[in-house]
Amino acid sequence: MVEIIPATDVPVDPNTPLVSVEDLEVTFVTGMGDVEAVRGVSFDIFPGETVAIVGESGSGKSTTATALIKLLASNGRISGGRVLVDGTDITGSSERQMAAVRGGVIGYVPQDPMSNLNPVWSIGFQVREAIRANGVASGRKDVEAKAVEVLQQAGLGDAARRMKQFPHQFSGGMRQRVLIGIGLAAQPRLLIADEPTSALDVTIQKVILDHLAKLTRENNTAVLFITHDLGLAAERASKLIVMHQGKIVESGSSLEIVQHPQHPYTKRLIAAAPSLASRRIHSSVVTELGDDDVPDMLKLATRREKAEADLKKAPIAVSVRDLRKTYSIRRGGFKSEPLHAVDGISFDIRKGKTLALVGESGSGKSTVARLVLGLERPTSGDVTIDGTAMKGISNSDLFKLRRQMQVVFQDPYASLDPQRSIGAIIAEPLRVHRVGDHAERQARVEELLDQVALPTALAHRYPNELSGGQRQRVAIARALALKPDVVVLDEAVSALDVLVQAQVLQLLADLQEELNLTYLFITHDLAVVRVVADEVAVMENGKIVETGTTEEIFENARVPYTQRLLEAIPGAGIEFAS
Amino acid sequence: MSNRPVEHYVAPVDPADSNEVDRVKLGDRKSNLWIDAWRDLRRRPLFYISVAIVLVVSTAALFPNLFTDVPPNNNCLLANSNGGPEAGHPLGFTLQGCDVYSRMVFGASTSLSVGIFVVMITAVIGIPMGALAAYYGGWIDSLLSRVGDIFFAIPYFLAAVVVMSVLSQHRNVFVIALAIGGFAWASLARILRAEVLQVKNLEYVMASEAVGRSKFSTLLRHVLPNSLTPVIVYLTIALGAAITAEATLSFLGIGLPPSTMSWGNDIAQAQTSIRVAPMALFWPSLALTVTVLAFIMLGELIRDALDPKARANR
Repeated sequence: MVEIIPATDVPVDPNTPLVSVEDLEVTFVTGMGDVEAVRGVSFDIFPGETVAIVGESGSGKSTTATALIKLLASNGRISGGRVLVDGTDITGSSERQMAAVRGGVIGYVPQDPMSNLNPVWSIGFQVREAIRANGVASGRKDVEAKAVEVLQQAGLGDAARRMKQFPHQFSGGMRQRVLIGIGLAAQPRLLIADEPTSALDVTIQKVILDHLAKLTRENNTAVLFITHDLGLAAERASKLIVMHQGKIVESGSSLEIVQHPQHPYTKRLIAAAPSLASRRIHSSVVTELGDDDVPDMLKLATRREKAEADLKKAPIAVSVRDLRKTYSIRRGGFKSEPLHAVDGISFDIRKGKTLALVGESGSGKSTVARLVLGLERPTSGDVTIDGTAMKGISNSDLFKLRRQMQVVFQDPYASLDPQRSIGAIIAEPLRVHRVGDHAERQARVEELLDQVALPTALAHRYPNELSGGQRQRVAIARALALKPDVVVLDEAVSALDVLVQAQVLQLLADLQEELNLTYLFITHDLAVVRVVADEVAVMENGKIVETGTTEEIFENARVPYTQRLLEAIPGAGIEFAS
Repeated sequence: MSNRPVEHYVAPVDPADSNEVDRVKLGDRKSNLWIDAWRDLRRRPLFYISVAIVLVVSTAALFPNLFTDVPPNNNCLLANSNGGPEAGHPLGFTLQGCDVYSRMVFGASTSLSVGIFVVMITAVIGIPMGALAAYYGGWIDSLLSRVGDIFFAIPYFLAAVVVMSVLSQHRNVFVIALAIGGFAWASLARILRAEVLQVKNLEYVMASEAVGRSKFSTLLRHVLPNSLTPVIVYLTIALGAAITAEATLSFLGIGLPPSTMSWGNDIAQAQTSIRVAPMALFWPSLALTVTVLAFIMLGELIRDALDPKARANR
């Protein structure tokens, strides 16, 4: 039986583990038999300690975390090992006993702030519900006062008024604050934060994480971060656990692991992490990690530096002049007001080079992509591709121009038609533009599959058999089918795991060199920018606030907004010994 | 925080663990939504049962002479009125002395043609209305959706009653199908509109336009094929429902003329002598029920098979 003692009354012994996981095994029953998601994982979390579990998707990191509070999906169960909370094994505890552990001893902040608040209840209702469930306060007035206090602590200004509002009136960052508030409401001794900020912009992520750190430090709350972001883990946690295929491959102090990784998998993960590479870029150490199969951020970066030298010599491939796009937003009745999604921006991209267009959500960067691709007509201004202006272009000329510019989108699961075979998907641009006969197109498909390092046998298969990274490579092959000069990469690697991301970035860099491609690289992730871009344009609210070579922006950002973005890159603050 | 040293643990390296990132792992068999759905259907006994019923009914509709050589309308002898089964007439006779079995067999053609015509009319009106409204949006959507709403507001059965009463001189299979289908398409348009609204914002649709495919061609090539799942399910179930509607209209005496073979007509005629000859009512009712059930079951099975989540949870 788990005895629940309010956190504040416990004489904290810093040397007795708060949570101790011993040989944990979790099994899921699926249509294809039993799947062991977690296979013999052991670790301790001491009071007040911050631990991070890092891994790619499918590594079992989230499953491990949910096993600690026994909130596994209904087809999953703890099939072995023990989870000791305050020395008591909870693997056999009843739901009733677990209800006391959840929230009271172990708080939980879920991943997606957009779907974890019930849209039909007010924020206040949901916070009060959590407070009552945890027995922190009782009686209308007390609960109300506690709710206000919880939200204020979570950093929500004007909490008393805000409580009457509904989730849709809150931004993603504010919702995440509410969830953190709920997670900490009962002052648990351990807070599990499962990818707490992955859905948020970097600057908001930093503010939220800083605030979370402050709160937990004040109350000596231990934190277990679950994250895919090595930079974030290293920056925020003192202890790092690296998981791969349901097992721990390496664990130890954060700095030691990121500076001296021992296990080959950890080494590869760290070499591939853009957020860490961005700090190491100027260290002269070209590490011994340079195994040739390993996508290495460092190599990409070195190559880019060389390319920077001849930047100014190349002719201009894409030119954007004073581009504007205004939407009118309905405001009820017959009223509408203009929304300046893109507000007079200009930039050039030189042939064979990469311009990164960086901005947070809502900055208008994806609208720019659509305008450059001619998928939407600008309100004013012009885009010129290879000397052809798009202003007033006829439909047939635009059709011809499409051969010169192609696009790779963000979501690998939505960018391929699930009912077409891979071969048909890659051949579609050829068919639309009536290039070659059937046999020639077939040959071109095989050539393209080869170029993106996929087996040619794939041509007769369908997208649902492929992983995210492989789908993205198919999307790249489709984009290259017509031998375009310009490729727009709209968050093309944002949805991928680090190793796969590095592999795709490497592929994009190789293709650029081989085919002299010009890239417009649209992203929210500054860390990736550093390793791929020659020039950077930073967007905020539809305007470009700063442009420069990658070097200039990263070393010498002049605009405060850019500086804030740079500081917010997780792991940016870590100084490396070597 | 304490200064307790943190042990640095390194797992033993598994020699089988390759350095390869994101290796392509293909199953032995191809797989996409339709292939997987087909594989799933083939594993379900109910699928075979409903397909068998549909096949038998279709064969009876196309080649009634395979099942009986007794004509349904001629050779009706009042002497046989409500007579029981006898050699060559396994299910007995109707009030008019016609062979029940023969009428049941010949009625299949009417029911099935009404069902198929209704489904065709529903699809021909409903699919373009729903797809164009959702895909082009703006005023086209407003216009088409409002037209749909008007039809949606009229109960299709009531409308069919009115149409059939007005057109009492021209009662035939096609008119009755038009009367039912002409007012039933609005639900299909709504279902398809909702589906297209989702699909049209997916990135492969944008990618197709970025390649240079025209908007309309993209609609036909990528958007429609990926929105058809609920349409197919709806139409299969609607086919069953249309057969019921025809039978109901005929039963009420405003469907097909008595000269046309129809289960509904037979049920209507048999009800007057339900006490003396209940079997004359039973057999056409059974044929109707089993046929409609087969189509509805088939629709449900297809829906299950096309939903990967439902498949995984079974």
